[in-house]
Amino acid sequence: MLTRVETLWPLPDEAATEALARHVAPLLRRGDVVALVGELGAGKTTFARALLGVLGVHELVPSPTFTLVQRYVTSAFPVCHVDLYRLKSPEELDELGLEEALSEGALLVEWPERAGDRLPCPRMELRFLLSPTGVRTATRIEGP
Amino acid sequence: MIVLGIETSCDETAVGLVDDTGRVLGQGLWSQIAAHRPYGGVVPEIAARAHGDHIGACLDEAFRESGLDRGDVDGVAATCGPGLIGGVMVGAVMGKALAAGLGVPFVAVNHLEAHALTVRLLEAVTFPYLVLLVSGGHCQLLIVRGVGHYRLLGTTLDDAAGECLDKGAAMLGLPYPGGPALEQAAKGGNPHAFDLPRPLKGRSDCAFSFSGLKTALRQRVEALTVHGPLSNAVLADLAASLQEAVADVVADRVAQALRMVRDDPNESSLTALVAAGGVASNATLRARLAALASTWGLPFKTSPPALCTDNGIMVAWAGLERLRLGLTSPLSTPARPRWPLESLAVESGN
Repeated sequence: MLTRVETLWPLPDEAATEALARHVAPLLRRGDVVALVGELGAGKTTFARALLGVLGVHELVPSPTFTLVQRYVTSAFPVCHVDLYRLKSPEELDELGLEEALSEGALLVEWPERAGDRLPCPRMELRFLLSPTGVRTATRIEGP
Repeated sequence: MIVLGIETSCDETAVGLVDDTGRVLGQGLWSQIAAHRPYGGVVPEIAARAHGDHIGACLDEAFRESGLDRGDVDGVAATCGPGLIGGVMVGAVMGKALAAGLGVPFVAVNHLEAHALTVRLLEAVTFPYLVLLVSGGHCQLLIVRGVGHYRLLGTTLDDAAGECLDKGAAMLGLPYPGGPALEQAAKGGNPHAFDLPRPLKGRSDCAFSFSGLKTALRQRVEALTVHGPLSNAVLADLAASLQEAVADVVADRVAQALRMVRDDPNESSLTALVAAGGVASNATLRARLAALASTWGLPFKTSPPALCTDNGIMVAWAGLERLRLGLTSPLSTPARPRWPLESLAVESGN
């Protein structure tokens, strides 16, 4: 499990989300799993969209809840935006072809907790939080 | 002419048989929602394997219901995208194999095109008409100029309308599928009890956005549940308010599309406003759209719920519409996860 340094990022607006994306983008490597954790509406997809934008994806980045996996080509390697919200059991993960995706590129995974232990240990985890008073933050936790 | 249609792009494994008079001859449908009931357990609906396991039985069911033989079919249509690629592949491969084996033409159908043309199975709606396609995975406005000729006026920048309703229902603790459960829970609720945002309302394009609405609902629910669970009355008010917000935004976006078409000298007058996709079954939305259409002097058309949600009949019908125009597809047509409707005219070369 991840027991490393935690960095807290306040996310008051979209510019702050973009700044976080610009910070994360150069850290991304082939074979990385980035876990995006947080409740519905906490800002996971918005961040994924910002990160893909920084990586040079200019097409529309819709929520992958329906398709589960959306693959994007970036200048470095393909990045798959994965949403496991609809996963009913971790076994279903085997059908999504994530191993192949990881061998060629990186994964941004929303709702990683639905995968049980079937997802490789994330190298980075971002925990999105929207407080009842409307304050939005992200906590970045780095892997080994 | 009899066409067989196969749909496997999401959670439903579906087969339909239609003829050129628009008669539904037979169908077979396997849905994870129905499948949950007899088995009471978890069904891996997302798995391509599940489509593979059920497609044969769905085909048998459709042919049994129709009393037809496989040899009576004049063409085979299959959804080749967009959708979950594993599922799409199962249907596409089955369709191609059947077409090749029977020696009849194959038609690769775009899932969105199938939804957009379904209304013509029931009624001779003439082109061009405006389609609002609203489901769990899609939310877009299209001008249907003819078979294979579509103009996308706007789509969602984030979540689909059905996704917003489904996730909203989940936040309220309602069972899956969320849309119908939310509609039920909203009965008796006050749609104006909670002032939820109306994302993009009034914007000069035809885009949709539901992400902010979802977040606003969550904040309300959290604030209301600090001291205990929601009362039934508050739950009904929240459900009704969410439904109202979605319907309000969608109606605003449709009105904007109607204005855009009216003010565009290159567009012909529309013949109808058509709603398709699973969310088109929502009564609140239907009522809003019907009222809107009537102020524009347009008929409002929508299909019965069984044809609004994913089904094989709509694929068979779209295949038939294409076959009538001599549009067939090579067996080398790929299955694809993304397949914008506007690329169809280019691909079919007309």
